[in-house]
Formats: sequence, C-alpha cells, structure tokens
Amino acid sequence: MAIQNLPQNKSKNKYIGAFGEKVIADFLQSRGVSIVERNWRVKEGEIDIVAQLPNGIFAFVEVKTRSSLAFGHPLESISNDKAHRLQRLALAWLATHRAFGAEFQIDCAAVLIANDGQHTIEYRANIL
Amino acid sequence: MTLGQSLGVALMGLDGHLVAVEVDIADGLPGYALLGLPDAALTESRDRVRSALVNCAESWPNRKVTVSLSPAWLPKSGPGFDLPIAIALLAAQQTIPEEKTNNVLYLGELALDGRIRAVRGVLPSLIAAYKQGIKIAVVPSSNRLEAELMSEMTIIPMDHLRALLCWLRTGERIEVPELALAPTADEEILDFSDVAGQERARMAAEIAAVGGHHLLLIGPPGAGKTMIAERIPGILPPLMRAESLEVTAIHSIAGGLSARSPLASSAPFIAPHHTATRAAMVGGGSHQIKPGACSLAHRGVLFIDEAPECGLGVLDALRQPLESGLITISRNIGNVAYPARFLLVLAANPCPCGKFSGRGRNCTCSSQQVRRYLGKLSGPLMDRIDIRVEVESLSRVEMMQSELGESSATIRKRVIAARDIATRRFSNEAWSLNSEIPSRALRTTYQPERAAMNFLHNELDREQITARGLHKVMRTAWSVGDLVGHVQPTLADTQKAFALREGISL
Repeated sequence: MAIQNLPQNKSKNKYIGAFGEKVIADFLQSRGVSIVERNWRVKEGEIDIVAQLPNGIFAFVEVKTRSSLAFGHPLESISNDKAHRLQRLALAWLATHRAFGAEFQIDCAAVLIANDGQHTIEYRANIL
Repeated sequence: MTLGQSLGVALMGLDGHLVAVEVDIADGLPGYALLGLPDAALTESRDRVRSALVNCAESWPNRKVTVSLSPAWLPKSGPGFDLPIAIALLAAQQTIPEEKTNNVLYLGELALDGRIRAVRGVLPSLIAAYKQGIKIAVVPSSNRLEAELMSEMTIIPMDHLRALLCWLRTGERIEVPELALAPTADEEILDFSDVAGQERARMAAEIAAVGGHHLLLIGPPGAGKTMIAERIPGILPPLMRAESLEVTAIHSIAGGLSARSPLASSAPFIAPHHTATRAAMVGGGSHQIKPGACSLAHRGVLFIDEAPECGLGVLDALRQPLESGLITISRNIGNVAYPARFLLVLAANPCPCGKFSGRGRNCTCSSQQVRRYLGKLSGPLMDRIDIRVEVESLSRVEMMQSELGESSATIRKRVIAARDIATRRFSNEAWSLNSEIPSRALRTTYQPERAAMNFLHNELDREQITARGLHKVMRTAWSVGDLVGHVQPTLADTQKAFALREGISL
C-alpha cells in the first residue's frame, strides 16, 4: 500500500496522520490483535488506537507519522510527560468502559513515509 | 536488547580508578540515561557523542540507551569519558569487534565532527590503568607525548573517531603524521651571574639547594630578593625519572603541561601572587579536587614574594605540607592527597616602607609598625624556616665591581656533588635529602661532632633555640658540611648553620 495524491495544504498533516493510524490498525489486525476503538477523544486528549491482545491485555497505541526525518525520529517526540499523559488517558478509557483494573500496556508506533510513497513501521510495545 | 562495554579512568587526585563504561540499548522510547555520579561536563557528553557519531556516519540508536559508569559510588568528572561512551555504544550495536573494547583503555573528548580532543590527567590515568593490568591505551593525538612517557604500555594516538573506528574494524592505522619534535629549546634559564654582589644570599641559596632547606630573604625593595629566588631552580639538580613522572602527573591534572615537551625534566618554580587564597595555595575544588600551588611546586621551588602581605592563614596553611611533604584535601566528594615536597622561599621587606635595613636612615615607619610587619609571619611558620638571610641594598663599591659573580652552572656542579655525597650516605635509608632526616636518626646515627653538639645544647639551655630548631640546625649543618666535603659536620659547620637560621651576620 502506498500513499498517493497528497493534498499540498494544511490538511496534508491530518491526512498523513490518518494514513499512519490506518497502517498501524491493519498491522495489528494482521497479527491477530482486535481493534476495540479508534480515535477515542475526551477533553484531556485522544487515544489513537485501543486494541485488545489475544491474551486479553488492553493495548493503548499512540501513532506518530512522519514524512521526513528532518525534525528527528518520530518516537523522540514522545517525552516522558507525554507517556504519562497516555497512561492517564488509558485509565480514563478503562474507567468509562467499566474495565477498571484490567491489565493494560502503552504502546508506541512510528510510521515513516519515504519520498516514493513507501512506508516503514516501528512498533515499541509497553514503553512505560 | 544489546550490551556493550569499554574502559575509562576516573581520577581522584592522583589516584585513578578504572571505570567500566557499560551501555545497554533496550526497547522503549528513545532516551538516554547516564548513571554513575557524572558532573556537568560529563552529563553534556551525550550531545557531543551523539553529534560525533552521526557526523562520522555511524548510527545513533533511537531506543532507550542506558549508560552506566561503574563503580557507581565514585564521582566522575570531565569530558574524558566521551570516547569510551562512544565506543561502548558502538559495541552495543555490534558494529565493532568485542575483543578490541574489553582490554583497551580509551581517553578523549569528542568534537562534534568526531575529532578527538586533548584531555587533562592522561599520565596519571595511564599509570592507574597499567597498575590494573591494562596494556593498550587509545589517547588523543595531542596528548601523545605525555602518554608515551608511560613506555610500559602500547599507546595508540588517534586524532579522529573515524580513524579509530577504521583501526578497530580493519586493524589498519591511518597514518598519523609524526609530530615534528622540536628539540626542547632550553627555556631561558636565569643565571646567577646576573646577580651582583649578595655573597651571603648566594651562599644561603646554595646551601638551601643542597639540602632542600626553606629560605627567608629579607631586604629593601630593589635589592634583588626576587632575582635570587628565581635563580634557585637553575642550581637544583635535574629531576630523576621517578620524580619527573610525579611532577608531570600533578601538572597534567592541573592542565598546565606544554604539548611540546610534556615531561618536566627540571625543578618547577611556582610563584603565586600574595593575594592567593588558601585553596589556591594548598589545592581544592568541589567537583574535582585540583592541586594547589604547593603541589605544583612539588620537587621544586615555591616562592612567595611579599610574604607578610599574604592573607590571614594562607601561609600557615603551608605548615602541614612543610612537615609531611603531603597535603590532604577533604571535600564533599572525598579526600585527596597530593604530594607537596617543595623548597619554600619567602621574600619580605623589613618594614612597610621597606627601608628599615642597613643603617635604616630613610625608614619612615614607627618601631611598632616595623615589629608588627614581620610579626605577620607567624612563629610556628618561622620555626620551620631553616635559613634567614638579609639581602642588603648594594653599595657603590659592589655595583662598580666589573667581574661577574659565579654562574649557575658552577654552583649547580657543587650542589650536585654535595647531593651525591648525601645520597650515598643515605643509600640504605628511606630519605635522600638532608632536610628529610628524621629527628630520631639525628639523635643517633646522624649527629654532628661532639663539640658541635655541646654548642647546640648550650644554645638550647639558654633558650635561644627550640627543640625543633635544634634539629633543623643539625640538618642544615649536614648540608654545610657536604658542600665542603666534611664526613661529619664540624663545630664551624654547625655554628654557620645556627647563624643562618637565626639570621645573624657571620
């Protein structure tokens, strides 16, 4: 799958972001992970993907998509603070879905889109 | 995920500890943790190492990097760990062979483009590593001459990270152009023949040089006190190899070695200004305990001009090293002992206006001022001074003398001959200088003639001299005797030593 016909305006970033999240969702499903919810949004922030692993553990995935390395590696933009914010969001999701106390982990995924439209994936599980 | 290791050295004073630099690259968010009590310069190493690696076309792991400097309790400082960290990082990524990182010591600061920069304390670091069985060391090219003083080790000078990696991977050395060794142009040596007259001060300086006795020069401004003091290193014998390694190691830590001729071969001359603080004099510092003036003057001359103008307690801080030849500095991060066996030369004016000497005709000071001025040199300190000599203004006759005084070379020959006698005499003892004879040995084996001892005991009875003073006179008497070739100090030698100590004109 290659990305094509990128719009050259502000909606480009949104487009790239959505593309990356789709890539990761497909990647997870191909590994037998079920996607529970996408783009869960509350006032405090957003969880890109909520997934459930085959062993029942919930995985909350933050996806970073970049079309160039000019601003550093995508995963570098996730600071310690941000990782902990993700943890709070995860707890909030579990609370609203009456699954408080369930085992969960925070994952990060990077999607790099090369100039020719090909992409590569890096997936880091359980980053905390 | 992967582990890498290399070796560096952390210095605490002159003592080095071998430090294992371990790098672990684990899954997780990109991050960098540096463990093992690093100081500010060492914490910044992360950014230097990263830029250097990237600019040498090496990869920087976008993972969780943990760098541990072990032993963890030892505080580490300075940029010298850049190179071992870079090597351990590459070893963790398995891009360099392991056998080249386990038993090799790495020293060097990295520039952002990968050049390897000079660091301080190379010689003491190598000595420490060698003691712990390390045989090969990679050092910055600019430290090469200093490193090669440690001839027991294989020294690999490198000026660029790329050259180093090429050597690690292929075993090939990119040819480093030999540094053109300029023949160590003898630094301008000040000669005693420049000093007109001042026979008594010359003799005092010579005796001080023979036995390592401490000297006080008192005289009006312009009489030549500084001239004489500056010329004392020129009449001291050259340093022996063990001594010069000691001196070089201390100066290496202080960062004062010349790149061209790092090995200190002649006695150092250190002249701190009289506004120096106590820490400047004895050494100090909170992160890294650096040697002070008295350690830099180890095996040489510590000259303090205008001694009574020194701050309160600065001179008295020298009392301990004067006794023990060692200064122990205690700070938050630990205790450090630096050797400090120096020849102390103090210079002072006789009074605030400086003219209270000779007939003292032009002195404008009150008698109280005069007394108070030299009183600033404390009793306990003065008790440790072996030779006190007045340097008079030159008279017209002395100025007119056309013949030059003796040259430093002539005096030095006599000094070396006298020191040889002393060294032979002490060949079975733990010391080699007359000023170092322990008091117990002075009372038993190394007594002057009976007549001389009677004279000294009389002076002791009359309370003209303290017990320490008595021993000091005996030591100086040995030097006086060695200069004229006496087997044992005679009454005349001893009286001369006594007169020198008390500042009496002969």
